[in-house]
Amino acid sequence: MAELATLKKLPSQIRRDIVRMVHACQSGHPGGSLGCTEFFVALYFEIMKHDKSFQMDGKDEDLFFLSNGHISPVWYSTLARAGYFDVKELATFRQLNTRLQGHPATHEHLPGIRVASGSLGQGLSVAIGAAQTKKLNNDNRLVFTLMGDGEQQEGQVWEAAMYAAHNKIDNLVATIDFNGQQIDGPVDKVLSLYDLKAKWKAFGWEVIESNGNDLEEVIKTLKHAISLTRKGKPVMNLMKTEMGFGVDFMVGTHKWHGIAPNDEQLADALSQLEETVGDY
Amino acid sequence: MTKYTFTEKKDTRSGFGDGLLELGRKNSNVVGLCADLIGSLKMGDFQKEFPDRFFQIGIAEANMMGIAAGMTIGGKIPFTGTFANFSTGRVYDQIRQSIAYSGKNVKICASHAGLTLGEDGATHQILEDVGMMKMLPGMTVIVPCDYNQTKAATIALGDHVGPAYLRFGRPGWPVFIAADRPFEIGKADTMIEGKDVTIFANGHMVWQAVEAEAILAEKGISVELINIHTIKPLDVDAIIKSVAKTGCAVTCEEHQMNGGLGDSVAQTLSRFHPAPVEMVAVNDSFGESGKPMDLLKKYGLSPENIVSAVEKVMARK
Repeated sequence: MAELATLKKLPSQIRRDIVRMVHACQSGHPGGSLGCTEFFVALYFEIMKHDKSFQMDGKDEDLFFLSNGHISPVWYSTLARAGYFDVKELATFRQLNTRLQGHPATHEHLPGIRVASGSLGQGLSVAIGAAQTKKLNNDNRLVFTLMGDGEQQEGQVWEAAMYAAHNKIDNLVATIDFNGQQIDGPVDKVLSLYDLKAKWKAFGWEVIESNGNDLEEVIKTLKHAISLTRKGKPVMNLMKTEMGFGVDFMVGTHKWHGIAPNDEQLADALSQLEETVGDY
Repeated sequence: MTKYTFTEKKDTRSGFGDGLLELGRKNSNVVGLCADLIGSLKMGDFQKEFPDRFFQIGIAEANMMGIAAGMTIGGKIPFTGTFANFSTGRVYDQIRQSIAYSGKNVKICASHAGLTLGEDGATHQILEDVGMMKMLPGMTVIVPCDYNQTKAATIALGDHVGPAYLRFGRPGWPVFIAADRPFEIGKADTMIEGKDVTIFANGHMVWQAVEAEAILAEKGISVELINIHTIKPLDVDAIIKSVAKTGCAVTCEEHQMNGGLGDSVAQTLSRFHPAPVEMVAVNDSFGESGKPMDLLKKYGLSPENIVSAVEKVMARK
Protein backbone atom coordinates (compact mmCIF):
# COMPACT_ATOMS: atom_id res chain seq x y z
CA MET A 1 0.00 0.00 0.00
CA ALA A 2 1.22 3.41 -0.96
CA GLU A 3 1.84 6.36 1.35
CA LEU A 4 -1.19 8.64 1.63
CA ALA A 5 0.84 11.54 0.24
CA THR A 6 1.56 9.51 -2.90
CA LEU A 7 -2.06 8.40 -3.22
CA LYS A 8 -3.28 11.96 -2.92
CA LYS A 9 -1.44 12.85 -6.12
CA LEU A 10 -3.55 10.46 -8.15
CA PRO A 11 -7.06 11.93 -8.22
CA SER A 12 -5.95 15.14 -9.87
CA GLN A 13 -3.97 13.22 -12.51
CA ILE A 14 -6.84 10.84 -13.19
CA ARG A 15 -9.21 13.79 -13.53
CA ARG A 16 -6.86 15.26 -16.13
CA ASP A 17 -6.95 11.94 -17.95
CA ILE A 18 -10.75 11.89 -17.84
CA VAL A 19 -11.30 15.33 -19.34
CA ARG A 20 -8.54 14.84 -21.93
CA MET A 21 -9.94 11.44 -23.01
CA VAL A 22 -13.47 12.76 -23.35
CA HIS A 23 -12.27 15.90 -25.12
CA ALA A 24 -10.13 13.94 -27.61
CA CYS A 25 -13.03 11.88 -28.94
CA GLN A 26 -15.67 14.54 -28.21
CA SER A 27 -17.87 12.00 -26.48
CA GLY A 28 -18.15 10.09 -23.21
CA HIS A 29 -19.25 10.76 -19.67
CA PRO A 30 -17.08 13.12 -17.62
CA GLY A 31 -19.50 14.00 -14.80
CA GLY A 32 -19.84 10.69 -13.00
CA SER A 33 -16.22 9.84 -13.75
CA LEU A 34 -14.96 12.97 -12.01
CA GLY A 35 -17.27 12.35 -9.07
CA CYS A 36 -16.00 8.81 -8.46
CA THR A 37 -12.27 9.39 -8.85
CA GLU A 38 -11.41 9.10 -5.15
CA PHE A 39 -13.38 5.85 -4.95
CA PHE A 40 -11.39 4.27 -7.78
CA VAL A 41 -8.07 5.46 -6.36
CA ALA A 42 -8.95 4.04 -2.95
CA LEU A 43 -10.09 0.74 -4.40
CA TYR A 44 -7.18 0.06 -6.74
CA PHE A 45 -4.32 1.66 -4.80
CA GLU A 46 -5.25 0.87 -1.21
CA ILE A 47 -8.18 -1.46 -0.65
CA MET A 48 -8.17 -4.34 -3.12
CA LYS A 49 -5.69 -7.15 -3.46
CA HIS A 50 -5.43 -7.44 -7.22
CA ASP A 51 -3.01 -8.50 -9.92
CA LYS A 52 -2.30 -6.23 -12.87
CA SER A 53 -1.13 -9.22 -14.92
CA PHE A 54 -4.86 -10.00 -15.03
CA GLN A 55 -6.47 -13.40 -15.07
CA MET A 56 -10.18 -13.50 -15.88
CA ASP A 57 -10.88 -15.96 -13.05
CA GLY A 58 -9.26 -13.67 -10.47
CA LYS A 59 -8.66 -16.50 -7.99
CA ASP A 60 -7.43 -15.28 -4.61
CA GLU A 61 -7.91 -11.68 -5.74
CA ASP A 62 -10.51 -9.10 -4.83
CA LEU A 63 -12.75 -8.40 -7.81
CA PHE A 64 -14.44 -5.20 -8.94
CA PHE A 65 -17.47 -4.85 -11.21
CA LEU A 66 -18.59 -1.49 -12.58
CA SER A 67 -22.32 -1.57 -13.18
CA ASN A 68 -22.73 2.04 -14.37
CA GLY A 69 -20.40 1.39 -17.26
CA HIS A 70 -20.72 4.85 -18.75
CA ILE A 71 -18.16 6.15 -16.27
CA SER A 72 -15.55 4.11 -18.12
CA PRO A 73 -13.06 7.02 -18.35
CA VAL A 74 -12.30 6.95 -14.62
CA TRP A 75 -11.97 3.15 -14.65
CA TYR A 76 -9.70 3.07 -17.70
CA SER A 77 -7.47 5.79 -16.31
CA THR A 78 -7.27 4.04 -12.93
CA LEU A 79 -6.47 0.68 -14.52
CA ALA A 80 -3.75 2.26 -16.66
CA ARG A 81 -2.28 4.16 -13.72
CA ALA A 82 -2.34 0.92 -11.71
CA GLY A 83 -0.30 -0.80 -14.41
CA TYR A 84 -2.90 -2.93 -16.22
CA PHE A 85 -1.92 -1.37 -19.55
CA ASP A 86 0.17 1.50 -20.90
CA VAL A 87 -1.24 4.93 -20.08
CA LYS A 88 -0.60 5.92 -23.72
CA GLU A 89 -3.50 3.65 -24.67
CA LEU A 90 -5.87 6.11 -22.95
CA ALA A 91 -5.50 8.23 -26.10
CA THR A 92 -7.41 5.56 -28.04
CA PHE A 93 -10.58 5.87 -25.93
CA ARG A 94 -13.69 5.44 -28.13
CA GLN A 95 -11.61 5.40 -31.35
CA LEU A 96 -11.97 2.72 -34.03
CA ASN A 97 -10.12 -0.52 -33.16
CA THR A 98 -9.60 0.48 -29.52
CA ARG A 99 -9.69 -1.83 -26.52
CA LEU A 100 -11.12 1.14 -24.59
CA GLN A 101 -14.69 0.86 -25.83
CA GLY A 102 -17.22 3.56 -25.00
CA HIS A 103 -18.60 1.26 -22.34
CA PRO A 104 -16.42 -1.41 -20.68
CA ALA A 105 -16.20 -4.71 -22.54
CA THR A 106 -14.32 -7.98 -22.40
CA HIS A 107 -14.64 -8.47 -26.14
CA GLU A 108 -11.38 -6.69 -26.98
CA HIS A 109 -9.62 -8.28 -24.00
CA LEU A 110 -8.76 -5.12 -22.11
CA PRO A 111 -7.00 -6.24 -18.91
CA GLY A 112 -9.02 -5.49 -15.79
CA ILE A 113 -12.51 -5.87 -17.27
CA ARG A 114 -14.45 -9.05 -16.42
CA VAL A 115 -17.88 -8.33 -17.85
CA ALA A 116 -19.44 -5.81 -20.20
CA SER A 117 -21.58 -3.08 -18.68
CA GLY A 118 -23.45 -0.04 -19.88
CA SER A 119 -26.98 -1.31 -20.11
CA LEU A 120 -27.81 -0.46 -16.52
CA GLY A 121 -28.92 -2.61 -13.63
CA GLN A 122 -26.90 -5.73 -14.36
CA GLY A 123 -23.64 -5.34 -12.46
CA LEU A 124 -24.90 -6.20 -8.99
CA SER A 125 -26.23 -9.55 -10.21
CA VAL A 126 -22.90 -10.35 -11.84
CA ALA A 127 -21.03 -9.36 -8.67
CA ILE A 128 -23.29 -11.63 -6.62
CA GLY A 129 -22.55 -14.52 -8.98
CA ALA A 130 -18.81 -13.93 -8.70
CA ALA A 131 -19.13 -13.75 -4.90
CA GLN A 132 -20.98 -17.07 -4.85
CA THR A 133 -18.26 -18.70 -6.92
CA LYS A 134 -15.64 -17.37 -4.49
CA LYS A 135 -17.53 -19.09 -1.69
CA LEU A 136 -17.74 -22.36 -3.65
CA ASN A 137 -14.01 -22.17 -4.35
CA ASN A 138 -13.16 -21.38 -0.70
CA ASP A 139 -11.59 -18.17 -1.97
CA ASN A 140 -11.61 -15.68 0.90
CA ARG A 141 -11.19 -12.51 -1.11
CA LEU A 142 -14.05 -10.04 -1.61
CA VAL A 143 -16.14 -8.70 -4.47
CA PHE A 144 -16.75 -4.97 -4.91
CA THR A 145 -19.20 -3.26 -7.20
CA LEU A 146 -20.31 0.27 -8.01
CA MET A 147 -23.73 1.39 -9.27
CA GLY A 148 -25.24 4.76 -10.07
CA ASP A 149 -28.09 6.28 -8.11
CA GLY A 150 -30.21 6.80 -11.22
CA GLU A 151 -29.52 3.12 -11.89
CA GLN A 152 -31.59 2.29 -8.82
CA GLN A 153 -34.60 2.84 -11.07
CA GLU A 154 -33.82 -0.46 -12.84
CA GLY A 155 -35.88 -3.35 -11.50
CA GLN A 156 -33.08 -5.87 -11.73
CA VAL A 157 -31.21 -4.02 -8.98
CA TRP A 158 -33.96 -4.93 -6.55
CA GLU A 159 -34.10 -8.55 -7.70
CA ALA A 160 -30.41 -8.71 -6.90
CA ALA A 161 -30.86 -6.86 -3.60
CA MET A 162 -33.46 -9.37 -2.44
CA TYR A 163 -31.39 -12.36 -3.52
CA ALA A 164 -28.12 -11.23 -1.88
CA ALA A 165 -29.70 -10.73 1.52
CA HIS A 166 -31.71 -13.96 1.43
CA ASN A 167 -28.64 -15.94 0.48
CA LYS A 168 -26.30 -14.16 2.89
CA ILE A 169 -23.86 -12.99 0.21
CA ASP A 170 -21.60 -11.45 2.86
CA ASN A 171 -18.39 -11.34 0.82
CA LEU A 172 -19.71 -8.44 -1.21
CA VAL A 173 -19.35 -4.68 -0.79
CA ALA A 174 -21.60 -2.67 -3.09
CA THR A 175 -21.39 1.10 -3.43
CA ILE A 176 -23.87 3.53 -4.90
CA ASP A 177 -22.53 6.74 -6.42
CA PHE A 178 -25.13 8.96 -4.77
CA ASN A 179 -24.69 12.18 -6.72
CA GLY A 180 -28.37 12.93 -7.15
CA GLN A 181 -28.09 13.47 -10.91
CA GLN A 182 -29.05 11.53 -14.01
CA ILE A 183 -29.13 12.41 -17.71
CA ASP A 184 -32.48 14.18 -17.75
CA GLY A 185 -31.99 16.07 -14.50
CA PRO A 186 -31.88 15.66 -10.72
CA VAL A 187 -32.89 12.14 -9.69
CA ASP A 188 -35.57 13.55 -7.39
CA LYS A 189 -37.22 15.23 -10.37
CA VAL A 190 -36.88 12.32 -12.83
CA LEU A 191 -38.00 9.52 -10.53
CA SER A 192 -37.50 9.90 -6.82
CA LEU A 193 -35.65 7.20 -4.88
CA TYR A 194 -37.19 8.45 -1.63
CA ASP A 195 -35.29 7.03 1.35
CA LEU A 196 -32.64 4.91 -0.32
CA LYS A 197 -30.99 4.00 2.98
CA ALA A 198 -34.25 2.72 4.39
CA LYS A 199 -34.91 0.77 1.22
CA TRP A 200 -31.62 -1.10 1.30
CA LYS A 201 -31.99 -1.72 5.02
CA ALA A 202 -35.48 -3.06 4.43
CA PHE A 203 -34.07 -5.38 1.81
CA GLY A 204 -31.82 -6.86 4.51
CA TRP A 205 -28.51 -5.20 3.79
CA GLU A 206 -25.97 -3.67 6.16
CA VAL A 207 -25.98 -0.03 5.06
CA ILE A 208 -23.37 2.65 5.68
CA GLU A 209 -23.25 6.24 4.45
CA SER A 210 -20.17 8.13 3.41
CA ASN A 211 -18.65 11.05 1.56
CA GLY A 212 -17.04 9.97 -1.69
CA ASN A 213 -14.96 13.02 -2.56
CA ASP A 214 -12.51 12.88 0.35
CA LEU A 215 -9.86 10.25 -0.33
CA GLU A 216 -9.04 9.58 3.31
CA GLU A 217 -12.70 9.19 4.15
CA VAL A 218 -13.29 6.86 1.20
CA ILE A 219 -10.41 4.63 2.32
CA LYS A 220 -11.68 4.66 5.89
CA THR A 221 -15.21 3.90 4.73
CA LEU A 222 -14.19 0.97 2.56
CA LYS A 223 -12.07 -0.47 5.39
CA HIS A 224 -15.07 -0.15 7.66
CA ALA A 225 -17.24 -1.81 5.00
CA ILE A 226 -14.77 -4.69 4.82
CA SER A 227 -14.97 -5.07 8.59
CA LEU A 228 -18.72 -5.60 8.17
CA THR A 229 -18.33 -8.46 5.68
CA ARG A 230 -18.62 -12.14 6.65
CA LYS A 231 -21.33 -11.39 9.17
CA GLY A 232 -24.22 -12.82 7.21
CA LYS A 233 -25.25 -9.69 5.32
CA PRO A 234 -24.23 -8.01 2.09
CA VAL A 235 -22.83 -4.52 2.66
CA MET A 236 -24.07 -1.35 0.95
CA ASN A 237 -22.07 1.88 0.96
CA LEU A 238 -24.23 4.86 0.06
CA MET A 239 -21.55 7.24 -1.11
CA LYS A 240 -22.43 10.89 -1.55
CA THR A 241 -20.45 12.48 -4.35
CA GLU A 242 -20.63 15.57 -6.48
CA MET A 243 -20.98 14.91 -10.18
CA GLY A 244 -18.15 16.72 -11.99
CA PHE A 245 -16.09 17.16 -8.79
CA GLY A 246 -12.77 18.96 -9.34
CA VAL A 247 -13.82 21.11 -12.28
CA ASP A 248 -15.75 24.18 -11.16
CA PHE A 249 -17.99 24.55 -14.20
CA MET A 250 -18.88 20.86 -14.26
CA VAL A 251 -19.62 20.30 -10.60
CA GLY A 252 -23.04 19.50 -9.20
CA THR A 253 -25.06 19.43 -12.40
CA HIS A 254 -26.46 16.76 -14.67
CA LYS A 255 -25.47 18.87 -17.66
CA TRP A 256 -22.00 17.30 -17.78
CA HIS A 257 -23.28 13.75 -17.41
CA GLY A 258 -22.56 12.83 -21.00
CA ILE A 259 -21.05 15.67 -23.00
CA ALA A 260 -17.48 16.58 -23.86
CA PRO A 261 -15.69 19.89 -23.20
CA ASN A 262 -14.59 22.01 -26.14
CA ASP A 263 -10.98 23.27 -26.47
CA GLU A 264 -11.48 26.28 -24.22
CA GLN A 265 -13.36 24.33 -21.61
CA LEU A 266 -10.64 21.69 -21.65
CA ALA A 267 -7.98 24.35 -21.04
CA ASP A 268 -10.08 25.78 -18.21
CA ALA A 269 -10.55 22.32 -16.65
CA LEU A 270 -6.88 21.42 -16.92
CA SER A 271 -5.90 24.71 -15.30
CA GLN A 272 -7.83 23.54 -12.24
CA LEU A 273 -6.25 20.08 -12.15
CA GLU A 274 -2.58 19.70 -11.28
CA GLU A 275 -0.46 17.39 -13.43
CA THR A 276 1.08 15.30 -10.67
CA VAL A 277 2.51 12.11 -12.11
CA GLY A 278 2.58 13.00 -15.81
CA ASP A 279 -0.03 13.20 -18.57
CA TYR A 280 -0.30 10.27 -20.96
CA MET B 1 -34.58 -48.75 -45.08
CA THR B 2 -34.10 -47.12 -41.68
CA LYS B 3 -37.25 -47.16 -39.58
CA TYR B 4 -37.80 -45.33 -36.29
CA THR B 5 -40.25 -46.61 -33.71
CA PHE B 6 -40.89 -46.02 -30.06
CA THR B 7 -42.07 -48.03 -27.11
CA GLU B 8 -42.47 -45.18 -24.64
CA LYS B 9 -43.11 -41.47 -24.49
CA LYS B 10 -41.07 -39.21 -22.25
CA ASP B 11 -40.80 -35.45 -21.97
CA THR B 12 -37.63 -33.86 -23.33
CA ARG B 13 -37.32 -31.76 -20.15
CA SER B 14 -36.71 -35.00 -18.26
CA GLY B 15 -33.85 -35.64 -20.65
CA PHE B 16 -32.42 -32.32 -19.50
CA GLY B 17 -32.93 -33.13 -15.81
CA ASP B 18 -31.37 -36.58 -16.10
CA GLY B 19 -28.54 -35.26 -18.27
CA LEU B 20 -27.77 -32.50 -15.78
CA LEU B 21 -27.60 -35.00 -12.93
CA GLU B 22 -25.22 -37.25 -14.86
CA LEU B 23 -23.09 -34.29 -15.92
CA GLY B 24 -23.01 -33.01 -12.35
CA ARG B 25 -21.51 -36.30 -11.22
CA LYS B 26 -18.77 -36.05 -13.84
CA ASN B 27 -17.93 -32.37 -13.57
CA SER B 28 -17.85 -30.65 -10.19
CA ASN B 29 -17.79 -27.20 -11.83
CA VAL B 30 -21.32 -27.66 -13.11
CA VAL B 31 -23.82 -25.59 -11.10
CA GLY B 32 -27.59 -25.35 -11.49
CA LEU B 33 -29.69 -22.19 -11.22
CA CYS B 34 -33.46 -22.09 -11.36
CA ALA B 35 -36.09 -19.35 -11.18
CA ASP B 36 -38.81 -21.07 -9.14
CA LEU B 37 -39.50 -23.89 -11.60
CA ILE B 38 -37.46 -26.78 -10.21
CA GLY B 39 -40.22 -29.32 -10.75
CA SER B 40 -41.11 -28.13 -14.24
CA LEU B 41 -37.46 -28.14 -15.31
CA LYS B 42 -36.80 -31.54 -13.66
CA MET B 43 -33.86 -30.09 -11.73
CA GLY B 44 -34.91 -31.63 -8.43
CA ASP B 45 -32.57 -34.61 -8.59
CA PHE B 46 -29.58 -32.38 -9.23
CA GLN B 47 -30.63 -30.13 -6.36
CA LYS B 48 -30.99 -33.11 -4.03
CA GLU B 49 -27.62 -34.62 -4.89
CA PHE B 50 -25.69 -31.34 -5.12
CA PRO B 51 -27.41 -28.88 -2.76
CA ASP B 52 -24.28 -26.70 -2.52
CA ARG B 53 -24.10 -26.40 -6.29
CA PHE B 54 -27.75 -25.54 -6.79
CA PHE B 55 -29.12 -22.00 -6.55
CA GLN B 56 -32.79 -21.17 -6.16
CA ILE B 57 -33.01 -17.67 -7.61
CA GLY B 58 -36.71 -17.01 -7.12
CA ILE B 59 -38.92 -15.40 -9.74
CA ALA B 60 -36.19 -13.08 -10.95
CA GLU B 61 -34.91 -14.21 -14.32
CA ALA B 62 -32.88 -11.09 -15.10
CA ASN B 63 -30.99 -11.55 -11.85
CA MET B 64 -30.49 -15.23 -12.67
CA MET B 65 -28.76 -14.41 -15.97
CA GLY B 66 -26.48 -11.89 -14.27
CA ILE B 67 -25.62 -14.28 -11.45
CA ALA B 68 -24.87 -17.00 -13.99
CA ALA B 69 -22.52 -14.66 -15.87
CA GLY B 70 -20.74 -13.79 -12.62
CA MET B 71 -20.44 -17.41 -11.53
CA THR B 72 -18.33 -18.25 -14.59
CA ILE B 73 -15.64 -15.99 -13.16
CA GLY B 74 -13.72 -18.52 -11.10
CA GLY B 75 -14.54 -21.46 -13.35
CA LYS B 76 -18.11 -22.55 -12.69
CA ILE B 77 -20.34 -23.74 -15.55
CA PRO B 78 -23.84 -22.45 -14.78
CA PHE B 79 -26.90 -24.17 -16.27
CA THR B 80 -29.90 -21.85 -15.89
CA GLY B 81 -33.38 -23.34 -15.95
CA THR B 82 -36.72 -21.72 -16.59
CA PHE B 83 -39.41 -21.67 -19.30
CA ALA B 84 -38.21 -20.76 -22.79
CA ASN B 85 -40.18 -17.53 -22.74
CA PHE B 86 -38.50 -16.36 -19.52
CA SER B 87 -35.13 -17.72 -20.68
CA THR B 88 -35.00 -15.47 -23.73
CA GLY B 89 -37.49 -12.69 -24.38
CA ARG B 90 -37.76 -11.62 -20.78
CA VAL B 91 -34.00 -11.41 -20.31
CA TYR B 92 -32.68 -10.70 -23.78
CA ASP B 93 -30.62 -7.69 -22.80
CA GLN B 94 -29.09 -9.45 -19.80
CA ILE B 95 -28.08 -12.35 -22.04
CA ARG B 96 -26.83 -10.01 -24.73
CA GLN B 97 -24.60 -7.87 -22.52
CA SER B 98 -23.58 -9.96 -19.52
CA ILE B 99 -23.37 -13.36 -21.26
CA ALA B 100 -23.03 -13.21 -25.06
CA TYR B 101 -21.04 -9.99 -25.54
CA SER B 102 -19.00 -10.86 -22.45
CA GLY B 103 -18.29 -14.36 -23.81
CA LYS B 104 -19.43 -16.15 -20.64
CA ASN B 105 -19.70 -19.92 -20.41
CA VAL B 106 -23.38 -20.00 -19.43
CA LYS B 107 -25.79 -22.71 -20.60
CA ILE B 108 -29.31 -21.30 -20.90
CA CYS B 109 -31.67 -24.27 -20.64
CA ALA B 110 -35.24 -23.61 -21.66
CA SER B 111 -38.28 -25.80 -21.23
CA HIS B 112 -41.93 -25.54 -22.31
CA ALA B 113 -40.96 -24.07 -25.68
CA GLY B 114 -43.43 -23.81 -28.53
CA LEU B 115 -47.07 -24.72 -29.00
CA THR B 116 -46.76 -28.11 -27.29
CA LEU B 117 -46.68 -26.34 -23.94
CA GLY B 118 -50.42 -26.66 -24.48
CA GLU B 119 -53.11 -25.37 -22.18
CA ASP B 120 -51.16 -22.45 -20.64
CA GLY B 121 -51.58 -20.61 -23.92
CA ALA B 122 -49.76 -17.99 -25.94
CA THR B 123 -48.22 -16.02 -23.05
CA HIS B 124 -45.99 -19.00 -22.39
CA GLN B 125 -45.78 -20.61 -25.85
CA ILE B 126 -42.76 -18.77 -27.14
CA LEU B 127 -42.21 -19.22 -30.87
CA GLU B 128 -39.54 -16.54 -31.34
CA ASP B 129 -36.80 -17.75 -29.00
CA VAL B 130 -34.60 -19.53 -31.53
CA GLY B 131 -34.56 -16.46 -33.75
CA MET B 132 -33.58 -14.17 -30.89
CA MET B 133 -30.87 -16.48 -29.65
CA LYS B 134 -29.32 -17.35 -32.99
CA MET B 135 -28.90 -13.66 -33.80
CA LEU B 136 -26.56 -13.17 -30.85
CA PRO B 137 -22.93 -13.39 -31.99
CA GLY B 138 -21.18 -16.44 -30.57
CA MET B 139 -24.34 -18.07 -29.19
CA THR B 140 -24.71 -21.82 -29.79
CA VAL B 141 -28.36 -22.87 -30.28
CA ILE B 142 -29.51 -26.48 -29.84
CA VAL B 143 -33.00 -27.94 -30.25
CA PRO B 144 -32.91 -31.69 -29.56
CA CYS B 145 -35.72 -33.98 -30.66
CA ASP B 146 -36.47 -36.48 -27.89
CA TYR B 147 -35.61 -37.50 -24.34
CA ASN B 148 -32.40 -39.33 -25.27
CA GLN B 149 -31.11 -36.58 -27.50
CA THR B 150 -31.90 -33.88 -24.95
CA LYS B 151 -29.98 -35.85 -22.34
CA ALA B 152 -27.04 -36.29 -24.72
CA ALA B 153 -27.08 -32.59 -25.64
CA THR B 154 -27.10 -31.56 -21.97
CA ILE B 155 -24.11 -33.75 -21.25
CA ALA B 156 -22.30 -32.52 -24.38
CA LEU B 157 -22.69 -28.94 -23.17
CA GLY B 158 -20.45 -29.73 -20.21
CA ASP B 159 -17.43 -29.87 -22.54
CA HIS B 160 -18.58 -27.02 -24.76
CA VAL B 161 -17.01 -23.64 -24.01
CA GLY B 162 -19.06 -20.49 -24.55
CA PRO B 163 -22.65 -19.31 -24.27
CA ALA B 164 -25.31 -21.78 -25.39
CA TYR B 165 -29.09 -22.04 -25.60
CA LEU B 166 -30.71 -25.45 -25.18
CA ARG B 167 -34.42 -25.62 -26.04
CA PHE B 168 -36.77 -28.44 -25.05
CA GLY B 169 -40.39 -29.03 -24.18
CA ARG B 170 -43.11 -30.12 -21.85
CA PRO B 171 -45.21 -32.98 -23.28
CA GLY B 172 -44.52 -36.68 -23.30
CA TRP B 173 -43.03 -37.39 -26.72
CA PRO B 174 -41.91 -40.54 -28.55
CA VAL B 175 -38.44 -41.73 -27.53
CA PHE B 176 -37.12 -42.88 -30.89
CA ILE B 177 -33.44 -41.98 -30.83
CA ALA B 178 -31.21 -44.76 -29.47
CA ALA B 179 -29.60 -43.82 -26.17
CA ASP B 180 -26.16 -44.58 -27.58
CA ARG B 181 -26.61 -42.69 -30.85
CA PRO B 182 -23.68 -40.25 -31.19
CA PHE B 183 -24.48 -36.59 -30.58
CA GLU B 184 -22.09 -33.88 -31.64
CA ILE B 185 -22.87 -30.16 -31.25
CA GLY B 186 -22.90 -28.55 -34.70
CA LYS B 187 -23.07 -31.83 -36.61
CA ALA B 188 -26.32 -32.60 -38.41
CA ASP B 189 -27.69 -36.11 -37.95
CA THR B 190 -28.80 -37.82 -41.17
CA MET B 191 -31.52 -40.15 -39.94
CA ILE B 192 -32.91 -41.45 -43.22
CA GLU B 193 -31.18 -41.37 -46.59
CA GLY B 194 -33.23 -40.62 -49.70
CA LYS B 195 -33.07 -39.00 -53.12
CA ASP B 196 -36.23 -37.01 -53.94
CA VAL B 197 -36.44 -34.39 -51.19
CA THR B 198 -34.63 -33.41 -48.01
CA ILE B 199 -36.60 -32.76 -44.86
CA PHE B 200 -34.69 -30.70 -42.30
CA ALA B 201 -36.34 -30.83 -38.89
CA ASN B 202 -35.58 -30.29 -35.23
CA GLY B 203 -37.19 -30.61 -31.82
CA HIS B 204 -40.56 -32.28 -31.59
CA MET B 205 -40.96 -31.88 -35.35
CA VAL B 206 -38.41 -34.60 -36.06
CA TRP B 207 -40.95 -37.19 -34.95
CA GLN B 208 -43.64 -35.49 -37.06
CA ALA B 209 -41.23 -35.78 -40.00
CA VAL B 210 -40.64 -39.48 -39.27
CA GLU B 211 -44.39 -40.03 -39.53
CA ALA B 212 -44.57 -37.94 -42.70
CA GLU B 213 -41.77 -39.99 -44.23
CA ALA B 214 -43.77 -43.20 -43.78
CA ILE B 215 -46.73 -41.66 -45.65
CA LEU B 216 -44.46 -40.36 -48.41
CA ALA B 217 -42.67 -43.71 -48.75
CA GLU B 218 -46.03 -45.35 -49.50
CA LYS B 219 -46.51 -42.77 -52.23
CA GLY B 220 -43.16 -43.77 -53.66
CA ILE B 221 -41.33 -40.60 -52.61
CA SER B 222 -37.80 -41.12 -51.30
CA VAL B 223 -37.18 -38.76 -48.39
CA GLU B 224 -33.85 -37.84 -46.86
CA LEU B 225 -34.46 -36.82 -43.24
CA ILE B 226 -31.84 -34.72 -41.50
CA ASN B 227 -32.09 -33.67 -37.88
CA ILE B 228 -30.61 -30.19 -37.52
CA HIS B 229 -30.44 -30.30 -33.72
CA THR B 230 -27.87 -27.51 -33.75
CA ILE B 231 -29.17 -24.43 -35.54
CA LYS B 232 -26.02 -22.53 -34.71
CA PRO B 233 -23.33 -23.27 -35.65
CA LEU B 234 -25.19 -24.67 -38.63
CA ASP B 235 -23.87 -27.74 -40.43
CA VAL B 236 -23.77 -25.96 -43.79
CA ASP B 237 -21.92 -28.76 -45.54
CA ALA B 238 -24.54 -31.36 -44.64
CA ILE B 239 -27.33 -29.11 -45.92
CA ILE B 240 -25.64 -28.37 -49.25
CA LYS B 241 -24.55 -31.96 -49.77
CA SER B 242 -28.03 -33.33 -49.23
CA VAL B 243 -29.86 -30.76 -51.38
CA ALA B 244 -27.27 -31.19 -54.13
CA LYS B 245 -28.56 -34.77 -54.24
CA THR B 246 -32.31 -34.24 -53.72
CA GLY B 247 -32.77 -30.83 -55.38
CA CYS B 248 -35.33 -29.44 -52.90
CA ALA B 249 -35.98 -29.05 -49.19
CA VAL B 250 -38.72 -28.81 -46.57
CA THR B 251 -37.96 -27.40 -43.13
CA CYS B 252 -40.00 -28.31 -40.03
CA GLU B 253 -39.90 -26.56 -36.70
CA GLU B 254 -42.10 -25.61 -33.76
CA HIS B 255 -41.25 -21.92 -34.12
CA GLN B 256 -42.13 -18.87 -36.16
CA MET B 257 -41.22 -19.15 -39.81
CA ASN B 258 -39.36 -15.88 -39.28
CA GLY B 259 -36.05 -16.42 -37.59
CA GLY B 260 -35.95 -20.15 -37.10
CA LEU B 261 -34.50 -23.25 -38.72
CA GLY B 262 -36.23 -22.57 -42.04
CA ASP B 263 -34.59 -19.15 -42.21
CA SER B 264 -31.16 -20.64 -41.58
CA VAL B 265 -31.58 -23.39 -44.16
CA ALA B 266 -33.03 -21.02 -46.79
CA GLN B 267 -30.25 -18.54 -46.21
CA THR B 268 -27.67 -21.26 -46.66
CA LEU B 269 -29.23 -22.63 -49.81
CA SER B 270 -29.84 -19.26 -51.46
CA ARG B 271 -26.21 -18.35 -50.90
CA PHE B 272 -24.51 -21.61 -51.80
CA HIS B 273 -26.93 -23.90 -53.64
CA PRO B 274 -30.21 -22.30 -54.73
CA ALA B 275 -33.09 -24.77 -54.62
CA PRO B 276 -36.83 -24.71 -53.86
CA VAL B 277 -37.63 -24.63 -50.13
CA GLU B 278 -40.96 -24.97 -48.32
CA MET B 279 -41.31 -24.26 -44.62
CA VAL B 280 -43.49 -26.00 -42.10
CA ALA B 281 -43.59 -23.52 -39.22
CA VAL B 282 -45.92 -21.12 -37.45
CA ASN B 283 -46.81 -18.36 -39.86
CA ASP B 284 -46.54 -15.02 -38.04
CA SER B 285 -49.04 -15.94 -35.35
CA PHE B 286 -49.31 -16.37 -31.60
CA GLY B 287 -50.55 -19.69 -30.26
CA GLU B 288 -53.47 -20.40 -27.93
CA SER B 289 -54.67 -22.84 -25.26
CA GLY B 290 -55.32 -26.42 -26.27
CA LYS B 291 -53.97 -29.96 -26.33
CA PRO B 292 -50.48 -30.20 -27.84
CA MET B 293 -51.42 -32.42 -30.79
CA ASP B 294 -54.53 -30.34 -31.55
CA LEU B 295 -52.40 -27.20 -31.54
CA LEU B 296 -49.82 -28.70 -33.88
CA LYS B 297 -52.62 -29.62 -36.24
CA LYS B 298 -54.35 -26.25 -36.08
CA TYR B 299 -51.13 -24.31 -36.67
CA GLY B 300 -50.01 -26.43 -39.60
CA LEU B 301 -47.36 -28.59 -37.94
CA SER B 302 -48.82 -32.07 -38.46
CA PRO B 303 -47.30 -34.91 -40.52
CA GLU B 304 -49.98 -34.21 -43.15
CA ASN B 305 -48.74 -30.62 -43.45
CA ILE B 306 -45.24 -31.93 -44.02
CA VAL B 307 -46.51 -34.30 -46.72
CA SER B 308 -48.25 -31.40 -48.50
CA ALA B 309 -45.11 -29.26 -48.28
CA VAL B 310 -43.06 -32.07 -49.78
CA GLU B 311 -45.45 -32.48 -52.69
CA LYS B 312 -45.46 -28.74 -53.25
CA VAL B 313 -41.69 -28.36 -53.17
CA MET B 314 -41.13 -31.33 -55.47
CA ALA B 315 -43.45 -29.78 -58.02
CA ARG B 316 -41.22 -26.68 -57.97
CA LYS B 317 -38.05 -28.57 -58.85
